[in-house]
Amino acid sequence: MDLSGLALGLETALQPENILFCLIGVALGTAVGVLPGIGPTATVALLLPLTFNFDPVASLIMLAGIYYGAQYGGSTTAILINLPGESSAAVTALDGHQMAKQGRAGPALATAALGSFFAGTVATVLVALFAPPLAAAALKFGPAEYFALVVLGLIASISLASGSTVKALAMIVLGLLLGTLGQDLYTGVPRFTFGVRELYGGLDFVSIAVGLFGLAEIIRNLEHRHRSAKQMITKVENLWLTRGEFRQITPPVLRGTTMGSLLGVLPGGGHVLASFASYAVEKRVSKSPERFGRGAIEGVAGPESANNAAAQTSFIPLLTLGLPANPVMALLFGAFVIQGITPGPNVIDDEPVLFWGLIASFWIGNLLLVLLNLPLIGIWVKMLAVPYGVLFPAIIAFATIGTYSLGQNPWDVFVIAVIGLLGYALIRWGCEPTPLLLGFILGPLLEENLRRAMIISRGDPSVFVTQPISAVLLGLAVVFLVVAASPSVRRKREVVFSEED
Amino acid sequence: MADPSPNQTRDAGTEDRRTGFDDLLAGSAFVVLGLAFAIAAARYDVGSALQMGPGYVPLALGAILAALGLVTVGVGVRARMRPDPAPAVVDDLHEEAGPVPWVRGGLLVAAILVFGLTVRGLGLAGTLFLTTFLAALAGHRNTPVKAAIIAAGLTVMSLVVFVALLQLQLPVVGTWLGG
Repeated sequence: MDLSGLALGLETALQPENILFCLIGVALGTAVGVLPGIGPTATVALLLPLTFNFDPVASLIMLAGIYYGAQYGGSTTAILINLPGESSAAVTALDGHQMAKQGRAGPALATAALGSFFAGTVATVLVALFAPPLAAAALKFGPAEYFALVVLGLIASISLASGSTVKALAMIVLGLLLGTLGQDLYTGVPRFTFGVRELYGGLDFVSIAVGLFGLAEIIRNLEHRHRSAKQMITKVENLWLTRGEFRQITPPVLRGTTMGSLLGVLPGGGHVLASFASYAVEKRVSKSPERFGRGAIEGVAGPESANNAAAQTSFIPLLTLGLPANPVMALLFGAFVIQGITPGPNVIDDEPVLFWGLIASFWIGNLLLVLLNLPLIGIWVKMLAVPYGVLFPAIIAFATIGTYSLGQNPWDVFVIAVIGLLGYALIRWGCEPTPLLLGFILGPLLEENLRRAMIISRGDPSVFVTQPISAVLLGLAVVFLVVAASPSVRRKREVVFSEED
Repeated sequence: MADPSPNQTRDAGTEDRRTGFDDLLAGSAFVVLGLAFAIAAARYDVGSALQMGPGYVPLALGAILAALGLVTVGVGVRARMRPDPAPAVVDDLHEEAGPVPWVRGGLLVAAILVFGLTVRGLGLAGTLFLTTFLAALAGHRNTPVKAAIIAAGLTVMSLVVFVALLQLQLPVVGTWLGG
């Protein structure tokens, strides 16, 4: 293991201003993530524009902090008011909210914080260990291999998701098409811009993300009178664990961390799958499975650790291959690009301070989360009381100002409305928004490498199957596709996802 | 972002017919969008496999999208044609999806469009008030008076956060108002 890298990272991350950015990120992420109905993806999308004014290292450290702050905030909401912001927190809500109703909100929150911290620490070391060799291998990739890798990443991302495979594929392709909008890289011809000069630069990924995960989601929520948080637990005491509880959560935390670290690397809903799988395992190995769903502390410890470990290791494919594994990583991909850095195997050599600083900041951020959240829980509880009628206009305000401030381009704001409406309709008809965002982010990369590979091969498409690495990657993509579409696997997957019932 | 699908199990027959109807709509949307992109792309220089023009990739992707849309429509038709006939009112089966909130959704879209249209002319303060007012009107319990109060509060808060704290270089008063 290259210790000099990690030392450089710690030196970077421990600089006072970087600790401050990490702290701001974690605090902001928790504050927004704790709001009911706002998941980590929406939180990162909304807060992303705030980070662009800083230098790359500071802004990415802050963004990463926002991400795991939002994750933690989501768990708090799930435990206290049973309104999980995303599906991985839904698992935490099962037993976490039951514990809270029994007056054990303190231990539940402490379990979530300590489990997450432990998992985050282990996963950070794993990222530091495995990222450099993977990046070194990926450096040998030519355009054909890169094309194959992006195809594999996109296909793999839908094989873990729930729902129809065909519709998910269609969403990817729609995302790829939206990504072609704007000036063509090679010829400069503006595509699908209807003569609007402001669209020559293409659609902004912040507009797409805010439209899909902000506006579309709000319209969906307005279908019903908002579920008011009647069961809100406002009393939180005993924010620590007894020795017996420590003993109880240790095995689930260890198992959850292992599963989460492995599954987090997979493209798609790795962290969602990790928390569902961890819950299923804990219930199975427990001597008293009947306690699950009625406030079993293991049911909080396992999934929370798995979720957080996966959140950290999902950085591995982004930092080494330039492949975002989930929608939040897709947003970070865009943030890297805005900072003038293309995520991928070159980052570790070209930007060692950024690379190692970011990894070291994961650990510091996780530590800050524990230090910040346990004492500040009273403030987060107050934020939970914000009524939805005030919350969603605030989201609209943040989304529009944030998006507009990027380039002072009104069209970036109009695009939010168009994508939000399109996204609302498609989500209502059973399509998932995530593949569209991944396709949009990776579209330009896919097209560029396809065209370069074809020029190098003199127009011979067989290059993708005659080059061994590319052939293996495309073969894997086919396997993933068959697996995703096969009925028996679909049934098994549904069993995993519905384990909670 | 509550993920609706994974953790809810419904009666299988109901599920099939419901998703069947959704598949028809989603599939048709994909066909229309795919064809639109493909037709527009064909008007750019398509080029050859060796020298791909700007239209090549979008044309291919548009065709793929339309094809996937057709498959989705096919899946939907098959689900609808199951021997067990679908009940007359399909919309009742959207248990977790309520009726489409046309007015509320429209207000939100209007709020966003108004921001884009007026931010230069009115400046941040005026635009924010209009945007948050329209958005707040979409709330279930919000009367116009309440919406105005929410809008005023959010405008002040946003100005403090974005202009005073973050120092965004956006004019608070726009050109129409002599700013």
